[in-house]
Amino acid sequence: MMATKRNILAPVANVETQAYWDAADAGRLLVKKCLACGEPHFYPRALCPFCFGETEWQETNGEGEIYSFSVMRRAEAPYAIAFVKLDAGPTMMSNIVDCDFDRIAIGQRVKVVFQPSNNGHKVPMFTPV
Amino acid sequence: MSIKRAACIAGIYEHPTRHAPDKSLAQLHAEVAKGALEDAGLSKDDVDGYFCAGDAPGMGPISMVDYLGLKPRHVDSTDVGGSSYLLHVSHAAQAIAAGKCDVALITLAGKPRSEGMATGTAPRIVAPSVPDAQFEQPYAPTIANMYAMVAMRHMHDWGTTSEQLAWIKVAASHHARHNPHALLRNVVTVEEVVNSPLVASPLHRLDCCVITDGGGAIIVTRPEIARSLKKPVVNILGAGESPKHTDGGRIDLSYTGIESAGRRAWAEAGVKPADMKYASFYDSFTITVLKQIEDLGFCEKGQGGKFVADGNLISGVGKLPFNTDGGGLCSNHPANRGGLTKVLEAVRQLRGEAHPRCR
Repeated sequence: MMATKRNILAPVANVETQAYWDAADAGRLLVKKCLACGEPHFYPRALCPFCFGETEWQETNGEGEIYSFSVMRRAEAPYAIAFVKLDAGPTMMSNIVDCDFDRIAIGQRVKVVFQPSNNGHKVPMFTPV
Repeated sequence: MSIKRAACIAGIYEHPTRHAPDKSLAQLHAEVAKGALEDAGLSKDDVDGYFCAGDAPGMGPISMVDYLGLKPRHVDSTDVGGSSYLLHVSHAAQAIAAGKCDVALITLAGKPRSEGMATGTAPRIVAPSVPDAQFEQPYAPTIANMYAMVAMRHMHDWGTTSEQLAWIKVAASHHARHNPHALLRNVVTVEEVVNSPLVASPLHRLDCCVITDGGGAIIVTRPEIARSLKKPVVNILGAGESPKHTDGGRIDLSYTGIESAGRRAWAEAGVKPADMKYASFYDSFTITVLKQIEDLGFCEKGQGGKFVADGNLISGVGKLPFNTDGGGLCSNHPANRGGLTKVLEAVRQLRGEAHPRCR
């Protein structure tokens, strides 16, 4: 196991995105879904990036699979960045944590965990199932 | 309206410096502007169009126009990162075709080396109002690990190897040894590349471009003016642009923006990959070159690894010599933006001014 001890920059929420970060603090991962075309998207927007329809928040199961990743070795504390394709549809950037970085693989199933950022607010990251 | 043969590149200049702690950023812009005008045989008063991007200090083109003492009737500060200057060449040709200017000056300069910038490995802080910032910055994306994810996916999908990627650096190094201004002039081997330290898996230190101070400039003008000057005329045949993005979360690393941009450029120019005897590719990392080769149609999708191997990109050895000045991988990557210097080496090739061993 490789400890993940690094300074996680706190996200700066705004009125459009506050609900996403409030949900993260409560241990839930949300995406946005369009009321007009029905498509989910990420990162969340007030108007759908596919059709400009109004959108609503949608719960996810917090699971997905790794689409691609890279282990950053030239850093004070090495870390793994990844694109995770959520079961809910969209693919999001995240970190893969609490695992052996040498065993991360594309296609691996992962589930969301929430790690505190440098102001205490939680950030969704993923760990192998 | 097409830009085909509507304008020519009449002047180029690449600053010889790779480390310029003794010069200001604005000064570098002025020195490259002067150099390109001298190369063209034009004077400052001839310039009536000015193009710059985010490396230029100040608001858009305003501060530089003031500093340089220009009186343009057309300006454009389109900024799309390292490829901005390619769009500037296209936009200058469009402006010339539309009668908005006759002599366009494009400048680039930067000092990341003397400023000690960790260009590819330090997360960049962007304003919180940038909509994707809060959904990316907590995860520490850098230039290196973002390109690395492209390489990782390519290896997964197509079996591309680190050794194949390394051949791209090896080819660049074979060219850089002939360039007295190149930052890295030693020929490297595949083994040296893959044995260099991992920066962001699967990319090694020698898969990355250099960090240099410096800059360059380009003069674009109308054909009748270009023909009246002393340098061989270099025509602009076509261009394409396509800002790729995350597509609402439908992230797909199997293609790059150059796939559609290239299609438009080939169509406008009326030429095809098989016609090319030389190519300038943006080379922030080895994988960057491989993706362009595939997406521009030099080989089938997924076959880039095989295409670049065994010296196929080395001048005098392979079928497609690239970046014969050593490119960003070995020679120069001023302001962390590689687009402009790629135009310069292509112009040198077309003029017959490239190094005799690399023509």
